[in-house]
Amino acid sequence: MKMTDAEKIISSHCKKEVKAGELVIADVDFAIAQDGTAPLAIEVFKKMEQEKVLFPEKIAFFIDHSAPPPNREISALHKLMRDFAKKHKVKLHDVGEGVCHVVTTEKGYVKPGDLVVGADSHTSSYGALNAFATGVGSTDLAAVMASGKIWLRVPEIIKIILTGKIPEGVYSKDIILYLMGKITSRGAVYKSIEFEGEVIEELSMEARFTISNMAMEMGAKAGIMRADEKTVKWLEGKVEEKITPVVPDEGASYDKIFEYDISNISPQIACPHSVDNVFPVEKVEGTPIQQAFIGTCTNGRLEDLQIAASILKGKRVHPDVRLIVAPASRTVYLEALKKGIISQLVEAKAAVVTPGCGCCVGTHNGIPADGENVISTANRNFKGRMGNPNSFIYLASPATVAASCLNGKITDPRRYLNE
Amino acid sequence: MSEKILKGKAHKLGDDINTDYIISGRYKFKTLDPNELARHLLEDICPDFYQKISPGDFIVAGENFGCGSSREQAPLAIKYAGIGAVIAKSFARIFYRNAINIGLPIIITDTDEINQDDTLLIDLKKGAITVCNREKTLSITPFPSEILSIIEAGGLVEYFKKYGGWRI
Ligand code: SF4
Repeated sequence: MKMTDAEKIISSHCKKEVKAGELVIADVDFAIAQDGTAPLAIEVFKKMEQEKVLFPEKIAFFIDHSAPPPNREISALHKLMRDFAKKHKVKLHDVGEGVCHVVTTEKGYVKPGDLVVGADSHTSSYGALNAFATGVGSTDLAAVMASGKIWLRVPEIIKIILTGKIPEGVYSKDIILYLMGKITSRGAVYKSIEFEGEVIEELSMEARFTISNMAMEMGAKAGIMRADEKTVKWLEGKVEEKITPVVPDEGASYDKIFEYDISNISPQIACPHSVDNVFPVEKVEGTPIQQAFIGTCTNGRLEDLQIAASILKGKRVHPDVRLIVAPASRTVYLEALKKGIISQLVEAKAAVVTPGCGCCVGTHNGIPADGENVISTANRNFKGRMGNPNSFIYLASPATVAASCLNGKITDPRRYLNE
Repeated sequence: MSEKILKGKAHKLGDDINTDYIISGRYKFKTLDPNELARHLLEDICPDFYQKISPGDFIVAGENFGCGSSREQAPLAIKYAGIGAVIAKSFARIFYRNAINIGLPIIITDTDEINQDDTLLIDLKKGAITVCNREKTLSITPFPSEILSIIEAGGLVEYFKKYGGWRI
């Protein structure tokens, strides 16, 4: 049988050949949960009357969504996680270490061919490392802690081939937003996506994570890429085991195949209140903004901060705008400090907050006021996402966010590229 | 999903109802108490939704219900608000998993055939929805047997308690 990469990875984790549509119980290589989902997973684990986490070395908890905690209810949930992690020897990444998906990859918890689940929807990020990684719920996570296994339906695959030359001022965020507009929020429900083509090969690992991260916004279970020299190089020093990339068989069966030439696309913006409400920047340029946010598992990595700083350095954020920056991890933060990126951002008037989810999910760290517009590097712009249903969120690349900060309105970053 | 026949009124919603709308992150991160979450069900898009529903009523939606985050608090808030089942044209995949895992009945059918305030009778065993006030019957997409065994146990907690682990 000719197999897709998802079929190959899932087959090797349930010790039989499986094909799309089948329901299986598969072994899990690594599982994560964060402070919005782990407390419930712990409760469920207890309700299941389980005593022991079967493979504690394969489980990591992250305190990132509300870190440091803004109120005592959340402090109590964090304590619940710490106590459980200590008792069961589960890995715990505490306040200040950063966003789960970024830390997981930095620590080398995931390698090509792995089957990874996370009680967080953007677990799809690790697809960029040629792993089958998918978001699950808290009860699923409790079952994984108890048994090391998960129930899964082997997904059909949509193949997306990206060709052409990446235009100046266009970044991986623009590419995935462009795809969002084409494929829509429900274009890949119950399916997985295989990304390939010269454009993916051209992108850095950091930029690839942005694309797999947002694959789930199309409803996809996973967003898998091939492993190439860049992948192997990136994993060096992080993963000790031998790396065996998974390559789909020639002639494997696909639900759909799309090919896009991105040579002529503009920077893209997702407008309120859905991620697939996407327009080229020209269409929305001039929309006033009051808050800007650079960070998240989508675009809070070193490369992202560097791009933003290259536009902001030596200038000042528009007086009507507040810029909040959350480095995605402590490692990113430290690197950005060493490289002088943080001082460039702060000199430009950015407010830098603790590594973590920042204001992405509306728990703290910058909740917009009624009627305000926010431009953000995050992956979601649902109504109320940042904590206020009466505000409006525009999603864009770090370059577009930085350029917009300078002008106080949505701005095409290409205006600042050659300055 | 222990009762085989469900009866209640239809509350219609549109397509792409995401988990942030079902239960806002403002509450989700604060509490594990599903009764507290239930009081804020859908409040950002339908103020006072919790006051408008009676126990056993149904949420009837379009495509891609429950898209967005993995928050299991979303189906939990629905279950604890007393909703008998969610009926939609399609569900987002994590929501689908979570609903099954916590034992909230979810049903796939062509919901264009159901109107706001219709009284519905759902026979899960037979796989049919009757629209009582219009004498109309709709068929339901059945669950695969493995999933049915989780649902029949009343969710994954009960399943694990009953079988001590995976049985499939
Ligand atoms: S940064 Fe935002 S999208 Fe990413 S894990 Fe945190 S809350 Fe979720």
